[in-house]
Amino acid sequence: MQRSAIVFYAACIAFALAVPLLGIYPVFMMQVLCFAMFACAFDLLLGFSGMLSFGHAAFFGAAAYGTGWLVTALKWGSFEAIVGGIVVAVLLGVVIGFLAIRRHGIYFAMITLALSQLVYFVCLEAPFTGGENGLQGVPRGNLLGLLSLNSDVTMYYFVLAVFLAVFLFIRRVVHSPFGQVLKAIRDNEPRATSLGYDINRYKLVAFILSAGLSGLAGSIKGLVLGFVTLSDVLQTTSGLVVLMALLGGTGTFFGPVIGAAVVITLQQYLSDEVGGWVTVIIGVIFVACVMSFRRGIVGEFEARIARRIG
Amino acid sequence: MLGLVNGSFYALLSLGLAIIFGLLGVVNFAHGAFYTLGSFAAAVGLSWLGIGYWPALILSPIAVGIVGIVAERLFLRHLYGLDPLYGLLLTFGLALIVEGTLFQQFGSSGLSYPVPQALRGAWNLGFMVLPIYRGWVIAASVAVCFTTWFLIERTSLGATLRAATENAPLLQAFGVNVPVIVAATYGTGVGLAAFAGVLSAPVIQVNPGMGQSLVIVVFAVVVIGGMGSILGSILSGLALGLIEGLTKVVYPEASNIVVFVIMVLVLILRPAGLFGKG
Repeated sequence: MQRSAIVFYAACIAFALAVPLLGIYPVFMMQVLCFAMFACAFDLLLGFSGMLSFGHAAFFGAAAYGTGWLVTALKWGSFEAIVGGIVVAVLLGVVIGFLAIRRHGIYFAMITLALSQLVYFVCLEAPFTGGENGLQGVPRGNLLGLLSLNSDVTMYYFVLAVFLAVFLFIRRVVHSPFGQVLKAIRDNEPRATSLGYDINRYKLVAFILSAGLSGLAGSIKGLVLGFVTLSDVLQTTSGLVVLMALLGGTGTFFGPVIGAAVVITLQQYLSDEVGGWVTVIIGVIFVACVMSFRRGIVGEFEARIARRIG
Repeated sequence: MLGLVNGSFYALLSLGLAIIFGLLGVVNFAHGAFYTLGSFAAAVGLSWLGIGYWPALILSPIAVGIVGIVAERLFLRHLYGLDPLYGLLLTFGLALIVEGTLFQQFGSSGLSYPVPQALRGAWNLGFMVLPIYRGWVIAASVAVCFTTWFLIERTSLGATLRAATENAPLLQAFGVNVPVIVAATYGTGVGLAAFAGVLSAPVIQVNPGMGQSLVIVVFAVVVIGGMGSILGSILSGLALGLIEGLTKVVYPEASNIVVFVIMVLVLILRPAGLFGKG
């Protein structure tokens, strides 16, 4: 890593650690971190493997429901319930991934979207999800009986720790030989096949990883807010995470984090100001992104620096 | 029979998607939004300007088609050389803008639209009672679908269109104005969606969310049928609507998901889709 990058990340971590002292509302920051995790997990697929999933809310929401249900109905501890949520997302990832990787590009996007709609209907009808009301009053509980998560500050540091772990894990995966093969598949699938790689297996593993990490983000988000609703599995959420990755810059590691921060901030603060126009504004940002800065905020920034140096 | 009504909407929408995809290589995520827009254009035209059902059936698709052409000229046109995923993302953004605006203007409950005078009542067919309007929807959309199919597959205009799909630069070299064809195609595809929207206005409550869930089902229909074939998209639309309708009778809880389940089966058995080429 370059020195400037190290300085940048150190500054970010210092800021993140100081958040509760700066008087920023921790629940808001936790939401940002959860969606940042979600967007990074999503971008593992889009940015580094070249697969655009339009149904990632299925994993996010299903895991949130899984964790919420385990905590409320079965009185599981938080840690076990989070693991349970991840398991739900991984299983779903196996099934959806297996079906979706049979097709490429836009078909892949449409299949993931359709299957996530299927998940949505299951969540709507199933007896344990609370239908239209969702799951309310999900307690945060405590970690392995040791650490109570009820205080916002404790919960915040827990979420931050998980986020950092996920972020480093994704970096590790992308820089591993496995990640290199994924990038090779993204750039030239026939060539990767001819080099003897079982591309479908690589794509499936990437899909499952992404699904599992998205599930982790969803599980934690459920615990942070104390409720899980249908909007967590809705296609709007799938679209939102696409926007976060695109706006921040796909394939840039840090881009999705910026994207998530911007989008969540807009949603929180603009909805007070302009109400329902938020959807329209998000649509406009989508169009602007696709039309004029397809590399995203971080991508454009990096390109500019590269131009100055080179 | 109720299934066939839905099936005719699926057929009209997936036909439009297939035409647009065939020529532009763009999956039009905004298709549902244009369907909604068509419906609202009819409802607003009636309550504000007093435009009745029959003129609306023509005017609303034209108006929405023009909106589509403007959107194509302003935005989509710049994305043709790029990864088709960008077209999908752009039209997704457009859908959010259209649906969000309608939601702000009309709220989530929406407007109701009366069944036109001439089509009220029902026919007794002996084995069942068919509301005339539903019969009309099926007849009108099947007629429009097959006219479109005929135009594309059997006329010289259609031949030009198909040539543009195969090799646009060559066609341009022959002196055909390809960009105009492309824009007109997008307008037509979107107009078909608006036509479906007007047809559906008296059957359902006109509301901003009506296209959103529909477009996902239509995507599944398209995955099942394969986007390569015009006829395939019409037939699979009708067939899936019928199956959905039957499921509603036999096992209502599953009617929302049956199309997706069929999509899963098709993906396992015939990954390229029933009529698809790959």
